[in-house]
Amino acid sequence: MGEIEGIYTIWLREMKRFLRYRSRIVTSIVTPLLWLIIFGTGLGASIRFGGIPGGYRAFIYPGIIGQTILFTSIFSGVSVIIDRQYGFLKEILVAPISRPSIVLGKALGISTASMIQTTILLLLSFLVGVIMTPACFLATMILSLIISMGFGGLGLLIAAFTDSMEGFNLIMSFIVLPIFLLSGALFPITGLPGWLQGAVYMNPLTYGVDALRYTILHRSVFPLGISMILITIFALVMVFAASFIFNTKEQSLM
Amino acid sequence: MGYIIETEKITKKYDDFTAVNKVDLEIPEEDIYAILGPNGAGKTTLISMLCTIIKPTSGTAKVNGYNITKEPEKVRASIGIVFQSRALDDMLTGREHLEMHAALYGVPKNIRQKRIEEVLELIALGEKADEYVKTYSGGMKRRLEIGRGLIHHPKVLFLDEPTLGLDPQTRESIWKYIKQLNREEKVTVLLTTHYMEEADKLCDHVAIMNKGQIIKADTPQNLKRELKADTIKVKTENPKEFAEKIQELPGVKEAYNTGNMIKLMVERGENLIPQIVNFATQHNFQIKSVELEHPTLEDVFIKYTGTGITET
Repeated sequence: MGEIEGIYTIWLREMKRFLRYRSRIVTSIVTPLLWLIIFGTGLGASIRFGGIPGGYRAFIYPGIIGQTILFTSIFSGVSVIIDRQYGFLKEILVAPISRPSIVLGKALGISTASMIQTTILLLLSFLVGVIMTPACFLATMILSLIISMGFGGLGLLIAAFTDSMEGFNLIMSFIVLPIFLLSGALFPITGLPGWLQGAVYMNPLTYGVDALRYTILHRSVFPLGISMILITIFALVMVFAASFIFNTKEQSLM
Repeated sequence: MGYIIETEKITKKYDDFTAVNKVDLEIPEEDIYAILGPNGAGKTTLISMLCTIIKPTSGTAKVNGYNITKEPEKVRASIGIVFQSRALDDMLTGREHLEMHAALYGVPKNIRQKRIEEVLELIALGEKADEYVKTYSGGMKRRLEIGRGLIHHPKVLFLDEPTLGLDPQTRESIWKYIKQLNREEKVTVLLTTHYMEEADKLCDHVAIMNKGQIIKADTPQNLKRELKADTIKVKTENPKEFAEKIQELPGVKEAYNTGNMIKLMVERGENLIPQIVNFATQHNFQIKSVELEHPTLEDVFIKYTGTGITET
């Protein structure tokens, strides 16, 4: 009981913060729209992209949703660094509640934020000419939850090893952007040069985007089941690893 | 009355540096107890070990009857902590901080609202309780942190430098508030400070800490009384020689040179001043000024550590 209430409390705080930073919500919606409308239309006009109704713009639509989940999740996880600088992390860490509950509450909060953003983006599906059914919507939300748990966990892990927000640019250049670019969000992942193919297949987001493409556009490279299993494993590993690190590094986090 | 905190040779080492060195401390129930010492004396390290935030290198302690290394969860449930540095979320309101804390510390739901109202009244945030913390003044933030530490009715409240960086007025009101809590809520308060006045006015007992060790612990009155003394400050040329010579004068218990003046520990200082002046003239010392002071904790501190607290 106490632990569940603890998880809920941490989740609630995460939600309040998310909803109170209005500018963050606005950017998290505007950025993907810029990608879709400008990048999607621009590049879509210069390449032939057959096979999908809606063309290239429709093709990157699930990819951009994946990107939004990735960015929101990692940065929300990394925001623990700010909690640490403001000292608020201490207040949470000295409470009589287990470290895994703290990590889980945080990860669930991040997932909820991602799902809210996914919902908004799915409501805009008419912009790219994709038809949304309730079943597609539901399946996409489940994927959004799993993917964001994984990357939220990764963000928390990174935060546990980073002392200040000065590392932010490093995280952006060396972790977030490569994960995004190597995920097949912007290009098909078949028929790539060997080195690129290898890197793409190593990337957990590849399977997230591929699964999203299945639920939204009904086409994918991997079977949905395989992608689901892989992203679920990734989510579990990240949340467990973050819990473990928060447990062992507890003292240096305060 | 029993002791609510007992430490046994508790020690914390960081590589070669010993932050806390074999400290034995006994803190009576319902006491307001200060650990007084300069920055870097090891106060925060000691208190952090008692709060189970960091683990001791050796030795142990009991808080509210629970062993800090073996039963940290139980210790945490019986204490409230106010950190030296701020630990608030700017984007939450004061009330939300209290609600969150009550939930994390398992305050039963049916009494939670009542507790929050009580604490809000106590810390007198007024209408600000429902505004974001970023709009609060320094004193309000501190009061909120102290109030938050009380929501779950802890047995012991740890306050690490509770009035650091606050203006004198706010400081006075925080003292008043701590006293009131101690009296009304029967909570033991352990605080660290480097303000002599704070330890003197507020606390039932004071432990003087320097370089990782507790040098002396007693009531402020006893500590001062034990100096047996008023202090006479004398400014003169050749202070070093004078400090040695003046000890020959009956009634002067101790004399030491603090650099720009000599401090004499005497009894009934007002009677001794003429004799000191005469003595100086006889021995050809030029006295520039004489000042009489009744003892303060600062003097106690200097006696036991050899340095002033503010200079270190």
